[in-house]
This record gives sequence, C-alpha cells and structure tokens, in this order.
Amino acid sequence: MLDMPPPTDAGDVTGHRLDHADGSRRQVFITHIETPYPQGRLIVSRTDTRGIITHCNQSFVDMSGYTRDELIGQPHCLLRHPDMPSAVFRELWETVQGGRQWHGYVKNLRKDGGHYWVFATIVPNIRDGRIVGYTSVRRQPSREKVAQAEANYREWNRS
Amino acid sequence: MSFNFTVSPSFPAERISDWYIFNTWLQRSLSIPIHLELHDGFDAQRAAIEAGQVDLIHANPFDASLLVREKGFRAIARPDGAPDEMVIVTALGHPAQSIHDLQPGTRIACTNDPCVNTIGRILLEPANLSADNTIEQQKETYIQVAKDLLRGQADVGFMPVGAYHGLSSLVRRELRTLVTSDIQVIHHVFLLGRDLHSRTDDFLHALLSMHETDRGQTMLSALGASRWQAVQQEDVEFMIDIISTLTR
Ligand SMILES: Cc1cc2nc3c(=O)[nH]c(=O)nc-3n(C[C@H](O)[C@H](O)[C@H](O)COP(=O)(O)O)c2cc1C
Repeated sequence: MLDMPPPTDAGDVTGHRLDHADGSRRQVFITHIETPYPQGRLIVSRTDTRGIITHCNQSFVDMSGYTRDELIGQPHCLLRHPDMPSAVFRELWETVQGGRQWHGYVKNLRKDGGHYWVFATIVPNIRDGRIVGYTSVRRQPSREKVAQAEANYREWNRS
Repeated sequence: MSFNFTVSPSFPAERISDWYIFNTWLQRSLSIPIHLELHDGFDAQRAAIEAGQVDLIHANPFDASLLVREKGFRAIARPDGAPDEMVIVTALGHPAQSIHDLQPGTRIACTNDPCVNTIGRILLEPANLSADNTIEQQKETYIQVAKDLLRGQADVGFMPVGAYHGLSSLVRRELRTLVTSDIQVIHHVFLLGRDLHSRTDDFLHALLSMHETDRGQTMLSALGASRWQAVQQEDVEFMIDIISTLTR
C-alpha cells in the first residue's frame, strides 16, 4: 500500500500505526482539520471483490487528496482513519459478502492527514447471480448524526 | 401488431409534440409500427409497465433500474449532454440562505417524480430533514411548485434543473437556488423490451445516425441533446447499482 508522507505544513500532527485486516501495517499521520463535504455531490468508488479500488469519480479524488492514479489499484483501507473501530468494517464486509446492502457513518483519512465524514452505502455488484465487486456511494451526513457516530466510535474504541 | 413506446413523464409539457415527431421518425426509420402512449403521470406509467404494455421506452434512471433488473429490458443508448440533476429552490425573500437554515416542519412543494424527489430528499439530509419532520405538498406541474413558493405556501421546491431553467425569467427572478445536485452519473436511457431485443442493431443504427440529418438534429435539440450515444450494458448496471444505494 502507498506510504503516507508526514504532512509538512500542518501544525498539530500525530503519528499512528494501523494494523490492517490483511495483517499488513501502515504508519499514518493525522491532523484535526476536517474538510467539509461538497454540497450536492455524491462520492462514488468501486472495488473488486477484495476491496481494491477499480473506479472512482472526481468527487472521490478531490476529497481524498490523492490523484486518481494513486488511488486506482490500492486497497480501500488507504482511507482508513485510526478513529474508526475495526468492528465497523468487519460488519461491513460480512454484510456485503452476504449479498446485502450496508450503510453507516465513516470518518475517512485524507492524504494530508485531515479527514471528512460521510454517510456511506455499499452494495454488492451482482452480475449473472455472482458478486463481481462492490460499489460505495457516500452522501453528506448531518452534524447531529456525525456527533452521534463520533461518540459511539469513541466508546467502542475504549472497550 | 404495433409496438408500444412511452417516455418517462419527467419532461416538460411543451415537449409532447416533439416526442410524437420523434415517434414518426422512428417508425419510418425502422419500418415497423410503433404506437406512442404518453402516460398521465408516474403511477399510470408504472401500471402500464406492470401490465406489459410497454415495448420500448425513453426512461428516467429510476424507471430504467426497474426495467433492466426486473423486466428484462435492455438499455441501448442515451442522449449526450448534461446528466439528470435537480435543484432545491426557495422564494427570494425566504429567510433560509442555505439548507442548514431549514427547520423541522419545512413545507416541500414537488411533483410526484420519484427521481427528483429521491435526490431532493438526500440533499435535505445534511439539515436533518426527512419525511418524518417535513410536509410534502405534491403538485401536478413544476409551474405550480414555483407558484407555491412565490405565494409563501411552501418553503422549498424540488425541480429538475431543466424545469427550473424552463420557468419564465419573471418567475425565476423571484426564486433562489439553495442547492444544485452534482451527481454526474445518472441519466435517461432508451430501452428495448424483450420482444424487440432481436432488433437492437436496427434501433442502434437509427439512433446513432440521427444527428446526421438536419431533421434529426432539430429533433435532438428539441430533446436537449446533440446526438445519441451507445451505452454498454455494464455502464447501465453501474448506474443501477448507484441508484440502488439511493433508494434503499
Ligand atoms: C466498496 C467499498 C468501499 C469502501 N470504502 C471505504 C472508505 O471509504 N473508507 C474506509 O476506511 N474503508 C472503506 N472500505 C472498507 C475497507 O475495505 C477496509 O475494510 C477498511 O478500510 C478497514 O481496513 P483494515 O481493517 O484492513 O484496516 C470500503 C470497502 C468497500 C468494499
């Protein structure tokens, strides 16, 4: 997976080590800067059955801070924020691999260490009865729902 | 026997005669009898689809989903040009400057276009507004939606971008846009039912060369496009996957 360069111009930066589900590890840097969700837009990406990014729209590129070339071919956990409990993603994968739709609130990590919140819906792409990949469509969440998710996730991370 | 053609009723009333002209052109180009039946609203159209009374259709993205996934229709082409987007508008003098200023109890004027209404609902979610804490007022036309706003009988209105620009400048001057969708990936498509699958190549040939004549160009511009583009099955499947995330 792409390494994350330490941000140079952001003030308050902390380093974290992420242990990914596939056993790999990655050093990330986070700031407390939130990028506001772009009004009226949907952020769309598609993956293969293993979660490798195969397509994404311009809004996805803009919000992630990476270039399209950097994104395609990378595992989707490139955007994993250390504040997100891994239980959320375990449930996500169980749901979509079972052929059902998953939705939830996700805090995503940007290339510059900042973040953005989304309400994501993920569907399996079923062709001729087989799952051939997954599509995720994110929309803008309300501040209240984000605050609720933030509190829940903090609680789960503690226990 | 003639085939039944219809168009999702999302287009403005002024376009009705253009669709009749289009249908005449289609029949001549393919030398097959095609009957155009424009349904009076979305419910009547859905009923016709359920009753198997539609053989070919120019459908909005939501109808296309149903037709492809459940009715065995095949999407073959789409008009080029702008994708389907919508706006949330308010009267110029309304106190709300952004959707975040809207409060529970907000009155929404809209038509019964499921496509526009679904996207409109999504654009209100960031303000924590849902069907549970808003009042929906369904109107027959987008002109009536605008009138409700101007009379202060509704706080916001949902409209397709095309319908908004189709309002007279006098009316539009009294309205303000709170948010415009920028979804980019959903659009109308032209679909053939099972009985016409064997004629796919003939339809494609006629549609894809339509812009090559002056007459064809005139018809296309009336429909807001400059030419037809072929669509691949996978592009349509992708659009349908996206729509399924919006209609859960
Ligand atoms: C279509 C699709 C979209 C996804 N989008 C994201 C995303 O935006 N952010 C994210 O952190 N994980 C996303 N995931 C989940 C990741 O694949 C992964 O499970 C998660 O980042 C946690 O990875 P880890 O447990 O290996 O660290 C997505 C998965 C799928 C199938």
